[in-house]
Amino acid sequence: MDLGLLLSIVIGNIFISNFILFKFLGLCPFIGVSRKTGPALSMGAAVIFVMTLSSIITWCIYNFLLLPFNMEFLRTISFILVIASFVQLAEMIILKTNPTLYRVLGVYLPLITTNCAILGVTVLNIDMFFKEGKALSFSFFYAVLQGFCAGLGFLLAMLLMSGIRERLDILDVPDSLKGIPLAFIVASLMSLAFMGFSGFKF
Amino acid sequence: MKKLFQEFTKGIHRENPIFALALGLCPTLAISTSVKTGLGMGLAATFVLIGSNVIISAIRNGIPHKIRIPCFIVIIATFVTIVELVMQAYFPPLSKQLGIFVPLIVVNCIIMCRAEGFAAKNPPTRSLFDALGMGAGFTLGLVLISAIREAIGSGRLFGYILFKGYQPALTLALAPGALLVLGLLLGLSNLIFKRK
Repeated sequence: MDLGLLLSIVIGNIFISNFILFKFLGLCPFIGVSRKTGPALSMGAAVIFVMTLSSIITWCIYNFLLLPFNMEFLRTISFILVIASFVQLAEMIILKTNPTLYRVLGVYLPLITTNCAILGVTVLNIDMFFKEGKALSFSFFYAVLQGFCAGLGFLLAMLLMSGIRERLDILDVPDSLKGIPLAFIVASLMSLAFMGFSGFKF
Repeated sequence: MKKLFQEFTKGIHRENPIFALALGLCPTLAISTSVKTGLGMGLAATFVLIGSNVIISAIRNGIPHKIRIPCFIVIIATFVTIVELVMQAYFPPLSKQLGIFVPLIVVNCIIMCRAEGFAAKNPPTRSLFDALGMGAGFTLGLVLISAIREAIGSGRLFGYILFKGYQPALTLALAPGALLVLGLLLGLSNLIFKRK
């Protein structure tokens, strides 16, 4: 296993090419659910959970079903359907086994299906860890790690943003900038700060 | 006819997907680095929007209410796959620049929003015009944002150099610039059209 690649997956997905602030994936929940810290935390946790597990499932589907039968063109359809049904399944399992967690995640769980970060990370896994129709060595491990770390990066950005927006609520800003426009300008400054992490080299 | 025209114009102005509804922002930000990619993305999304809107509204009475979302997703994903394959075959450089944002058209909220909010309740002709309007509004918004970013961020428009000796403000071509331009444009459109 390549330690450099491992480190670059971890640091890269959490800080340097953060899913929200650098790759622009999952902006809808980022803007929609970041008004308060509590819901932002739950949303981030739910995303980590779904991202990691859907990385596992889609890797298996691509490697064991689509590749052997030359059906790579079905990637988009099969992935989105699997993610949608998997989110439903996860919802049912969590409801049965851990009602407290279910209540904390609430409406955010079904919303995750349409979160482009989830489909994005699974497609990226396939693009990065398969070369010429073959899985790289340890590619399964890399894919799962990337799913988990992308989720962590998502959680980090959500938490920071919700902290800032809680403060912004009590400030006097121009009417036309209130809400979403200001959220984007704040996100832009955060993204500028996160670019500083790109100094890390491996 | 006048009604159909109204369906078309509302997508461009009153219910513009980017500026009024704030939908489909992920691709808007990510691929608006140059006018070419912005236009390509807009046209691809418009094609998917037209296809899915017409098909969904044509079979809207046959879809059981409970499983409508999975049905919509399958229809949308079919059109996205068509776009993906056509783009790889005929426009390989564009396909490479857009990258994972082509498959990600599936989860573009505009398309789902129009399927659920319009096509599932209206006949095919009106849905077609709704899709055309929304697609045009999305494409225009994308071209506007990418033109600003390309002009200031790299001093070019459509790849042609605008001003000689201009030192490009690189930040606008990078990630923070996208967020900043979109935030300011949203604020500006709120100010001009008095939206709240």
